[in-house]
Amino acid sequence: MKRSLRPLAATAVIFLIAYAVSVLQFPGMLSTRVLGNFLTDNAFLGIAAVGMTFVIISGGIDLSVGAVIGFTGVLVAVLITWFGVHPLVAFAIALLVAALFGAAMGLTIHYLQVPSFIVTLAGMFLARGGASVITQDSVPINHEFYRTISEAIIRLPGGGRLSFIGLLMVAVFLVGALLAHRTRFGSYVYALGGNTVSALLMGVPVARTTVQIYMLSSVLAALSGIVFSLYTSAGYPLAAVGVELDAISAVVIGGTLLTGGYGFVLGTFVGVMLLGLVQTYIIFDGTLSSWWTKIVIGVLLFLFIVLQRIIFAASAPGEESSEKV
Amino acid sequence: MKRLHLERLANPQLLALVAVLLINWLLFPNFFRIAWQDGRLFGSMIDVINRGAPVAILAIGMTGVIATKGVDLSVGAIMAVCGAVAATMVVAGYPTPIAVIAALAVGLACGLWNGFLVAVLDIQPIIATLVLMVAGRGIAQLITEGSIVTFNDPALVYLGTGSFFGFPMAAVIALVLMIVVTLLVRRTAIGLFIQAIGVNRAAASLAGIHSRMLLMLVYALSGFCAAIAGIVVAADIRGADANNSGLWLELDAILAVVIGGTSLLGGKFSIPLAVVGALIIQAMNTGILVSGFRPEFNLIVKAGMIILILMLQSPLLGNAIGFFKRDPKQANSR
Amino acid sequence: MADGEYVLEARGVMKIFGNHVALDTVDFGLRKGEVHALLGENGAGKSTLIKVLTGAYQPDGGGIYMDGAQISLDNPLHAQSFGIGTVYQEVNLLPNRSVAENLFLGHQPLRFGFVNFRKMEADARVLLANYDLQIDPASELGTHSVAVQQIVAIARAVQLSGKVLILDEPTASLDRNEVERLFEVIRGLKAKGLAIIFITHFLDQVFAISDRVTVLRNGKLIDTRPLDDLSRTDVVRLMLGKDIAFSGATDIESNAAQNEVLVEFKGYGRKRGVLPFDLTIHKGEVVGVAGLLGSGRTEVARIMFGADPADQGTVTVNGQLTAIRKTTDAIRHGFGFCPEDRKAEGILGDLSVRENIVIALQGKLGWFKALNRDEQFEIAGRFSEAMDIRAASLDMPVKLLSGGNQQKVILSRWLATDPAFLILDEPTRGIDVGAHAEIVRTINRLRDEGMAMLVISSELDEVVAYSSRIVVMRDREMVAELRGKNINPGIIVQAIANNTDEAVA
Repeated sequence: MKRSLRPLAATAVIFLIAYAVSVLQFPGMLSTRVLGNFLTDNAFLGIAAVGMTFVIISGGIDLSVGAVIGFTGVLVAVLITWFGVHPLVAFAIALLVAALFGAAMGLTIHYLQVPSFIVTLAGMFLARGGASVITQDSVPINHEFYRTISEAIIRLPGGGRLSFIGLLMVAVFLVGALLAHRTRFGSYVYALGGNTVSALLMGVPVARTTVQIYMLSSVLAALSGIVFSLYTSAGYPLAAVGVELDAISAVVIGGTLLTGGYGFVLGTFVGVMLLGLVQTYIIFDGTLSSWWTKIVIGVLLFLFIVLQRIIFAASAPGEESSEKV
Repeated sequence: MKRLHLERLANPQLLALVAVLLINWLLFPNFFRIAWQDGRLFGSMIDVINRGAPVAILAIGMTGVIATKGVDLSVGAIMAVCGAVAATMVVAGYPTPIAVIAALAVGLACGLWNGFLVAVLDIQPIIATLVLMVAGRGIAQLITEGSIVTFNDPALVYLGTGSFFGFPMAAVIALVLMIVVTLLVRRTAIGLFIQAIGVNRAAASLAGIHSRMLLMLVYALSGFCAAIAGIVVAADIRGADANNSGLWLELDAILAVVIGGTSLLGGKFSIPLAVVGALIIQAMNTGILVSGFRPEFNLIVKAGMIILILMLQSPLLGNAIGFFKRDPKQANSR
Repeated sequence: MADGEYVLEARGVMKIFGNHVALDTVDFGLRKGEVHALLGENGAGKSTLIKVLTGAYQPDGGGIYMDGAQISLDNPLHAQSFGIGTVYQEVNLLPNRSVAENLFLGHQPLRFGFVNFRKMEADARVLLANYDLQIDPASELGTHSVAVQQIVAIARAVQLSGKVLILDEPTASLDRNEVERLFEVIRGLKAKGLAIIFITHFLDQVFAISDRVTVLRNGKLIDTRPLDDLSRTDVVRLMLGKDIAFSGATDIESNAAQNEVLVEFKGYGRKRGVLPFDLTIHKGEVVGVAGLLGSGRTEVARIMFGADPADQGTVTVNGQLTAIRKTTDAIRHGFGFCPEDRKAEGILGDLSVRENIVIALQGKLGWFKALNRDEQFEIAGRFSEAMDIRAASLDMPVKLLSGGNQQKVILSRWLATDPAFLILDEPTRGIDVGAHAEIVRTINRLRDEGMAMLVISSELDEVVAYSSRIVVMRDREMVAELRGKNINPGIIVQAIANNTDEAVA
């Protein structure tokens, strides 16, 4: 097996075992209802995590994701509720704003040659601050369109429901996977994460690709914010605080190397589902408290970082000589 | 060390602090008024040093980490854990000193864990410390069992809200810590070694410096400082809030260190200037509050500060690409 | 000389960095279907010339001509469009991606806007077959040996450029069989009419594959000659600039051999570094190390100092059997080491001259026995005076000093620890004449004071002037030890070139 597939395989196996154990303990977890809710409840996280996957594969990190989700929710809510804009127009505006925002971050990262974490940190402050300046309160959205969307569900046998937003997440994952694994842009993203110097010498348009990556991440974060507003029917400036950490965790647990160069979009899907499973298990159990989620995620994160370290340090024949200074 | 030279006072950080304070004064003429009431000082300036203390304390530890080309993202979460430990222990009836020592020990242990990941397993600092950043709040909630543990232990509360010769206790703790840590690194060779590792780890190790022990030390110190900040914050609100204690303060601490002139690329550092950086951040916060703006403007101002600093440092950063991913393949090219 | 004779030509190329002339009116011509070796020691200007030819640097004078017409190259990609492809020592490909993608990145075949993997891998298979490489094109490049990666890099370069191929030390990390494999590929390309520039440190390889050779020294063209009329000794002589003269033998009496033994290495070596060697070093003795770049001379220094620990053999210091696994072990025994690459491994650029001088002594003293500011100034001042370090202030960052002064700072750093044994790797490279003389004087003085030293240098005059004994390195092996009247540039050149009998006395 390719070494880059090993962490993903580990995630998949852990997911299957964990799910099997959960089902043995709570047979109710093996139902279309639970599975359908899996998708719906994690839709916004999943969509944001797709963007984060691209960023991390390219060797960067995007801390602004949660803030962009919050900002988008507020922007959409304010446009719809205060200004009476049609939701679809509001969505388009929000996605455009996010694209510009991501482009600005990408430009800064590339041309000022600064670490992505500090640039996206500024982005996070800016987006969170911007949202709070627009409004400090939760702005409810009460629009016909929102009701239509939330009623647009596919009923599954066994009482399960596939919601629009759940399906949207699946679609984003599929498109993301195509983009990452089947296009030149995707190969450039991996090239940046592999070795920037080589990428430049091999003719990868480094500046353009960097800008596109952060635009993609911000646009997907905005889409995630839209989904979040559909999910909660409101916009709140402090919504989705810390989602970037969940997204990063899902990406890493899904087999993407945090130092860049290796990873799979669909692996992130497994990562998101594994996080969802942990949460669902805790709810089913009833005696365990929600904080265990964070601890389990932290432990998984640690295990996967060490696992990747072992896999990628042990089997790299061509790189051994680079240790010699 | 404490020999003050006039030219050393004329550095950009202190000038910036003075400028921010002057702007505050223009916006709010009573800014510098200090009153004496109930045996303690009151006033906006006192507020700045009191509220700036937690970030200042974090920045003291963070400076060493950043000087070695690292970063510690977990300090906010460690604050929550240590605050939770101290609070639950006093509530459970342990004597205050024991609770405080236990909380400090937990912070130290968290720092050593980070140091282990960075120095021994050789994991990039930003990734290594992410683990505790994610898991830390969960652990804190586990300790507090999800609730905000409130307490009324007078000795512990004193650490957060007491006063010492009229000065707020938190600020006094920060000042003492700053002096102690500065003396620790400057009166020993530790400071020199930290800079040497940050500037050129290969050359430092050829000159006979053990980088592993030193890395363990800086991360342990950072964890320890986070523990102190966590205790101070918990004592201030008389409760341990696992969710919000220290939330995003790691980012403020990094910002304070960077404002204090320590490059994210490692090397020369100054702990007192990082503390000044923390005061600048807080002075702007307070200024925004007293002049009637919404506190949320803070975030935008901070973003502006980061962008400004990036602009100022960019030519310097330009020739040292790859802080985030130190790729040995690139680093060795002859 | 007809213009059309050369595919690629540099005429009177100049390149100046600050006040250092890296290339001084160099002419270089490359013919179709030849393998042209480019030789020279570090700092001779090889890599600068290559960077000018690939567009990474713009020449400050002279011009680049292709098929007789002047061209200007903006960057390596632009050079590629002129048909000039380059393969570097460290493979500049993406180890994290598949072989096929590395061959076609940026030019992947598309179908409906998506990469057509089936076609790309089929194309890759066809392409690799030309190189007798039967590997799965879908496999990750990084899982293959460096040799295979080199061939993939060559395949990419030839596929995209196809006229001129520049091979910049491609064999540096290959074993014998891999080198042979690579040579077959090169011969095949030569037969197809490609013009190939081949850079290496290994003379065997130059003779095995090249048609002509160009030698650079100190930024100047020394000569371009067909290899047929040259012997190995001739080539070494061109590179090191030594006429074989049997005069100038050292006047240093090797009475040092009667001195007390300080360090003794027995069967000391390291896999992929240096073959096991025996060497005894006495007090008050300078052992010179001669050898070309890549001969293992730096590796000897590094394993002696524990920077790359030995994995076989023993070391005895002052009669005590000991182990040197890390640099601090060596320092504890009174060793010091000035590395070859001052900037990357020597100086702490942002720190002051003072801090750079005291750092090793402080490292020896440990965390808590700190030298205070006054002591640091006293030590730094003493050495900067003794070594004549020209710095405006002891508090200025060492990176602002000239190369020669930086070298004196590093030397002072070790002298401050009062060492018994100093290892100097190319202590005089790239520094001005004054500093050069000062360092040579210092080496002589220290030897007379009883210090033992191992000095690596490619300046033969210099080695001869201060060495009590000279060991010669070739192909990672210590091949000769010269004493007495054999310490003579001519004999050293012969010993470096080949293991002839007269070289080993």
